[in-house]
Amino acid sequence: MQWETVIGLEIHAQLSTASKIFSGATTAFGAAPNTQACGVDIALPGVLPVLNTGAVERAIRFGLAVGGSINPRSIFARKNYFYPDLPKGYQISQFELPIVEGGSMTILVGEIEKTIRLTRAHLEEDAGKSLHEDFHGLTGIDLNRAGTPLLEIVSEPDMRSAQEAVAYARAMHALVRWIGVCDGNMQEGSFRCDANVSVRPAGATELGTRREVKNLNSFRFLQQAIEYEVRWQIGEIEDGRKIQQATVLFDPDNGETRMMRTKEDAHDYRYFPDPDLLPLEVTEQRISEIRSAMPELPEAMKTRFIRDYSLSDYDARQLTENLDVGTYFEEATRLTFDSTKLLIGIKGGKPVLPGIAKLVSNWITGEIASRLNVEEIEIKNAPIKPGGLARLLARTLDQTLNNKMAKEVFVAMWAGEGDADAIIAAKGLKQLSDGGEIEKIVDQVLAANAQQVADFRAGKEKAFNSLVGQVMKATRGKANPQQVNDVLRRKLAG
Amino acid sequence: MSNATLKELSAQLAAGACSSVELTQEFINKINGLNKDLGCYITVDGERSLKQAQAADAQRAAGRGSLLTGVPIAHKDIFCTRDWLTTCGSRMLANFVAPYDAHVVERCNTAGMVTLGKTNMDEFAMGSSNETSYFGPVRNPWQRDAVPGGSSGGSAVAVAARLAPAATGTDTGGSIRQPAALTGICGLKPTYGLVSRYGMIAFASSLDQAGPMARSAEDLGLLLNVMAGHDARDSTSLERPAEDYLRDLARPMAGLRIGLPKEFFASGLTPDVQRAVEAAITEYKKLGATVVDISLPNMGLSVPVYYVLAPAEASSNLSRFDGVRYGHRAAEYTDLLDMYKRTRAEGFGAEVKRRILIGTYVLSHGYYDAYYIRAQKLRRLIAQDFRDAFEKCDVIMGPTTPTTAFKLGEKSADPVQMYLSDIYTIAVNLAGLPGMSMPCGFDSGGLPVGLQIIGNYFDEARMLNVAHQYQLATDWHQRRPPGIS
Repeated sequence: MQWETVIGLEIHAQLSTASKIFSGATTAFGAAPNTQACGVDIALPGVLPVLNTGAVERAIRFGLAVGGSINPRSIFARKNYFYPDLPKGYQISQFELPIVEGGSMTILVGEIEKTIRLTRAHLEEDAGKSLHEDFHGLTGIDLNRAGTPLLEIVSEPDMRSAQEAVAYARAMHALVRWIGVCDGNMQEGSFRCDANVSVRPAGATELGTRREVKNLNSFRFLQQAIEYEVRWQIGEIEDGRKIQQATVLFDPDNGETRMMRTKEDAHDYRYFPDPDLLPLEVTEQRISEIRSAMPELPEAMKTRFIRDYSLSDYDARQLTENLDVGTYFEEATRLTFDSTKLLIGIKGGKPVLPGIAKLVSNWITGEIASRLNVEEIEIKNAPIKPGGLARLLARTLDQTLNNKMAKEVFVAMWAGEGDADAIIAAKGLKQLSDGGEIEKIVDQVLAANAQQVADFRAGKEKAFNSLVGQVMKATRGKANPQQVNDVLRRKLAG
Repeated sequence: MSNATLKELSAQLAAGACSSVELTQEFINKINGLNKDLGCYITVDGERSLKQAQAADAQRAAGRGSLLTGVPIAHKDIFCTRDWLTTCGSRMLANFVAPYDAHVVERCNTAGMVTLGKTNMDEFAMGSSNETSYFGPVRNPWQRDAVPGGSSGGSAVAVAARLAPAATGTDTGGSIRQPAALTGICGLKPTYGLVSRYGMIAFASSLDQAGPMARSAEDLGLLLNVMAGHDARDSTSLERPAEDYLRDLARPMAGLRIGLPKEFFASGLTPDVQRAVEAAITEYKKLGATVVDISLPNMGLSVPVYYVLAPAEASSNLSRFDGVRYGHRAAEYTDLLDMYKRTRAEGFGAEVKRRILIGTYVLSHGYYDAYYIRAQKLRRLIAQDFRDAFEKCDVIMGPTTPTTAFKLGEKSADPVQMYLSDIYTIAVNLAGLPGMSMPCGFDSGGLPVGLQIIGNYFDEARMLNVAHQYQLATDWHQRRPPGIS
């Protein structure tokens, strides 16, 4: 039997406010346990929550970015349950009336675009942390994280594979960072996913019974957990068993999920409106103020890149995966264009923006991306800034460097050895473009390689490449490859 | 001096007729003599009070005193106080010292007032007789075998027995007005949101409101001037310009329209209370007021509505008392769940447990709509009744309680009978309106009767005016319990 997988995600994005959602304590990560929890966070008797307007502003920004509707009135509710790291015995969250409803997200799976609908996004506070290690049979409680503002982003069950779920999670991760509402730091727990997974016979319209995999804090775990769940659920059904609605945990050590609780022993959270907080009211004016301060969104930037720089859809999408890359690209393109304008102008040509943009794009998605990947750093922390890249590319456009040389200079720049021109001077890396000089060397190579010349003339095209190689070798790679080609062709033809 | 009003004490301190240290010492001596019998204070700390009194005297000497600088006050043990125990009348917090002052306490301290101690109360403010306190009952100074009412029973008795010139209280369903009535003093529950709840241990957040308890309407106004005001730490605190609640005291009663709801004078009201209240109305007519018959048709639902909503909020508010971070924790337990169960079983008394159970039940899946949501709808209807009534009158009057003080133990086995002693006060909290009680006579056994005055939203100054004019014409508020000097 053919099976179809159905996935919906709940993403918890920590909002990038300086203080907590209902108290003035800092949200900074990594302090000594319980040093960043004030009276409100530890739920002293008599304390009261006061809503952080920065968290509201970020939630609205998110809602606008996904095209959702912002509720003019939303309600904070109490979700009641006992746990040692939940100081009040309830979590303040939005239940019946969330701040954001609807909206959608476009993802790219392979070459195919797909739209994932959002159900809602709501504000809530995080709990503290229970530390089960290092306490010899006891549990340590760290309340630094208690009260940290979260936006819970709930999707519709629109994803049909682990691959789609990961693409969606990645796109969401990029978006929240793009609009500056979340730092996206997954190691620190700033961005976590819960996956609701079910399977059904292909073609069925009713949903199967779902199991929810909790707290996946990396895209790899998200993928592994879903893949495991799907295999496991299909196995169960094919063996004649029924899936029970349940909450499960993913164990990265063995790549399996294990049961936390079934629906039967699920909590009754006894939600009710929090009487300590007034309904959250958002005016049209507030929304339009936030809208007008929004950065250009990824789709808009992508469309503009295709239009203004004649980039392919593929290149434009890659360059708009996050805001820093897009900004880097535009900055580097502008600087490269400016620095070559003059030069090419003198030589009688005209700088061609699309050509330059494509060149910059290739460098960013090629050399730079692979370096960033290896070193696991962000483009904004790259040792080569857009200006540095522009000066390097100017030296390829003015024929000082060939591609191979440029890569060598790039490596040195990345290692911090200096600016492109300084490295070119220090390494004596100047492309040989002097026609006379190249001709002399070509003559020498032809004289020394009579056999290859004969082979070429006998129709073996491969021999030509070998001769080019000989010339490049003799110039220690400095010759302008195009010129070498031209001179060789002319001489061999003659 | 301990029989003087706040206004008189303020004048004496200003004139240098006495010092705050002398005044404070006198109250401490009286507390040491009587508190054993009356049980109205849970915590007294003479040394600490005197230190505050010295500072107040120094302030006055330096010419930096304000109206109430050096005047003593007692705080209900529901308000968090730095350096003093804050027990909320519960074993759960028997050892709890808050690291901060409640907004109300902060305001009183800033005004230079001297804390005499923390007063006894029903556990977590849940009770109408002060019998649910972990620290034992409070006795009514008018008759020692009678209850003082609750939950602010300790504050009421401290003021009635002249063990404090004034006290703070809180009122969720009548907890200021009912004990004020039963002990022959004055108490005001302001409009919801007028006084910050910050630092006041929550019982039912949407109903809880702090207010003053004293021996005259004028004193209530003096104290309300200190207590009221916006506080950014309480999201339900109202942002309004500061008011002088004494500004209207002298206004004559001519033209005042008093609404008398027929539901306040129906069955359940004891004849002695009815007589005293009617006599007070007659007095008002003499002063020039007119009387309008009104109706609050949904009033009868206020007790059941309250006993859904208040426990619902309480069941959640009291979840923080889990033995993890502060307060009582069971000495022995086998695991986390066992720790929770034993801690809360030991730390809470029977009435608190009953309300947590009721509240948990009405919020549970499958019952929420039938109880909580319906109660919220009825709450709006009750508030609408009052809005309609205030179209026809300026203030509403009636009895504060259906009976005078009942005997200790008389109703403690029957929670519903106990709950019904708040039948006239609860609707006011549900509507968020201001309400007050002042003495208007005695029953045949010599127990005080309270007259309730309910005002429209933010009409505290008008209510105090109405009460003050009555107190100029009568002396019920000056009567002293037998044997109290």
